Amino acid sequence: MLNLIPLFVAVPMGLAFFTLITSKFSKRTSDVFTFLGVSFLAYLAVRLITAGNLDYMVGGWKWPLGIQLHVDKLTVILLLIINVVAFLATLYALSYMERYTAKPKFYALLLLMIAGMNGVVLAGDLFNLYVFLEIASLASYALVGFGVESEELEASFKYLILGGVASSMILLGIAIVYANTGSLNMADIAQFLSTHGERSSIYFVYALFLMGFGLKSAMVPFHAWLPDAHPSAPAPISAMLSGVLIKALGIYAIARIFFGMFGVNEMLGWIMLLLGTLSMVVGVLLALGQYDIKRQLAYHSISQMGYVMTGLGVGALAGSPEVAALGIAGGLFHAINHATFKTSLFLCAGAIEYSTGTRDMRKLGGLYKRMPFTSTATSVASLSIAGIPPFNGFWSKLMIVIALFQAKLYVYAAITVFVSFVTLLSFIKLQKFCVFGELKPEMKSVKEVPVSMVIALVVLALLCLGLGLGFPFIEGFLLDAASGLKELLVFNI
Amino acid sequence: MSNKSKHQDGMSLISKTISSFMTALIALFGFYIAFYGHLTPGGGFAGGVIIAAAFILLTLSHSKKVSLKKFPDIIASLLDNFGALSFVALGLLGFLSGAFFMNFVQKGKAFTLLSSGTILLANIAIMIKVMAGLFAIFVGLSIFGRIVAEGEKGDMR
Repeated sequence: MLNLIPLFVAVPMGLAFFTLITSKFSKRTSDVFTFLGVSFLAYLAVRLITAGNLDYMVGGWKWPLGIQLHVDKLTVILLLIINVVAFLATLYALSYMERYTAKPKFYALLLLMIAGMNGVVLAGDLFNLYVFLEIASLASYALVGFGVESEELEASFKYLILGGVASSMILLGIAIVYANTGSLNMADIAQFLSTHGERSSIYFVYALFLMGFGLKSAMVPFHAWLPDAHPSAPAPISAMLSGVLIKALGIYAIARIFFGMFGVNEMLGWIMLLLGTLSMVVGVLLALGQYDIKRQLAYHSISQMGYVMTGLGVGALAGSPEVAALGIAGGLFHAINHATFKTSLFLCAGAIEYSTGTRDMRKLGGLYKRMPFTSTATSVASLSIAGIPPFNGFWSKLMIVIALFQAKLYVYAAITVFVSFVTLLSFIKLQKFCVFGELKPEMKSVKEVPVSMVIALVVLALLCLGLGLGFPFIEGFLLDAASGLKELLVFNI
Repeated sequence: MSNKSKHQDGMSLISKTISSFMTALIALFGFYIAFYGHLTPGGGFAGGVIIAAAFILLTLSHSKKVSLKKFPDIIASLLDNFGALSFVALGLLGFLSGAFFMNFVQKGKAFTLLSSGTILLANIAIMIKVMAGLFAIFVGLSIFGRIVAEGEKGDMR
């Protein structure tokens, strides 16, 4: 298994350029190659579950000079999310993207984005993390503006500017870390900082990284780009951006760098907790008033990322290791769950738009009569995100709330529960306007979407239910991953 | 007469004459920078940019028609993908011989052209990618410029 790790980056990146060449001669080839590629990646990611900790030296160069790919439980969780969601999004895109021109270019950009995200998750040093982060970001800027309507281009431009600012902050932070420690390898830096003690310039790096990665993960003071960018993209890309990209580039990087490399302290814990709570509350309140389905979902992404961040914050703050592990495990599980239900919701919104031609809730209604699969998937995912048992969202929210209570942060626990109620309210509105209610006369001729889209929706709905019912089986894995995250990074050389 | 129409597009005769001498030299310098990237400052990226600059100079002085005849945009697009693909292929060939991006050719004698294993090949792949990519971006921007300009003319009528 160790030998196959570089394929997570090499396969999508090679395929991206290969399909562009073959598509010049035959249009269909890019469909086939992309689908085969993402299926292979999803298979590899599933096989990685049992692999344990691995370290791969690129080019056979020795640690800490060479480039290193690192796999532990956190990486496995992220790789699973990225590649499984990418597989389902591609399956969905096979039919959905027929309406756009330049399908091969879409696949090439999608594959580049997957390669970038896999690279970020696997990178064992800061500079490669930055390079892959840029690859994924640049592909996503182009994909957000893929429809080339004026609104989409505006959203893409806004995202490009803000994302560029974030990237330059991150690069500046990396430069300062390198100047202080003389290394870019994360385990090496962790070792250096723990033996040489704190330096005041590292606090400046905290601020730069929190801003940079906070912007990539759309935490509240830095969230302005997300409600424009995510709805503008084609539906499979909205799903990838909300379901995966903000986690791989934002949450994962924060978890890896602050927990694994710098080592968390109380100050960082409070910052994470406050950022998380603020995102939770502001995101969900802004979502309430929206009538555009995808825009509402985008605001909920901010709110749900707040949950993950809150979980990480409790993990950094809590005194006892059990409570900390519970908080982090809750956050990680919520990241997995968010990938399933938010992907499902965005794909459902895309399916509704595909069939009816509108995303405005006020023009929709009674779709369960015409689109039974899409409606059922929407309902399942809505119940999941609102935290109704037995669906998966319930368990992760419960873990975070319990951890907050045990850490004696009662006010934050109350806020978390309150936000969950408002989320339920917001999704009851979505269901009332779209799925249930009277079928509008102009919607009489609406049909269910093509088979490949239905398969993706059904699989995601089953995942929402399965992760909820199978929670006892994965709890141990999550707690292991969480307690591993609390320790500083040490690579096996 | 034919001489006159030949010189209608682009800049004056002086700039055309000079730039047609310079283009070849600039491209040659670009190849040098890329091929000696492992021995002297520079590398695939810098070399590729310089070669692309030679074609861009040709476009500016002789008009797009001439430069596209020498370097059609479809070829640029294909070469762009081919360069990137061959870079990944280089990594995968190393992968087959032990580790991703491992050196799989003879290292050669130090300080000569063939002295760095796969680094030279990687530089050439990057050179192709950057040269074709940068030229394609330049041509692409000027094509969109024409479409916008024609659209505006249409609106005015």
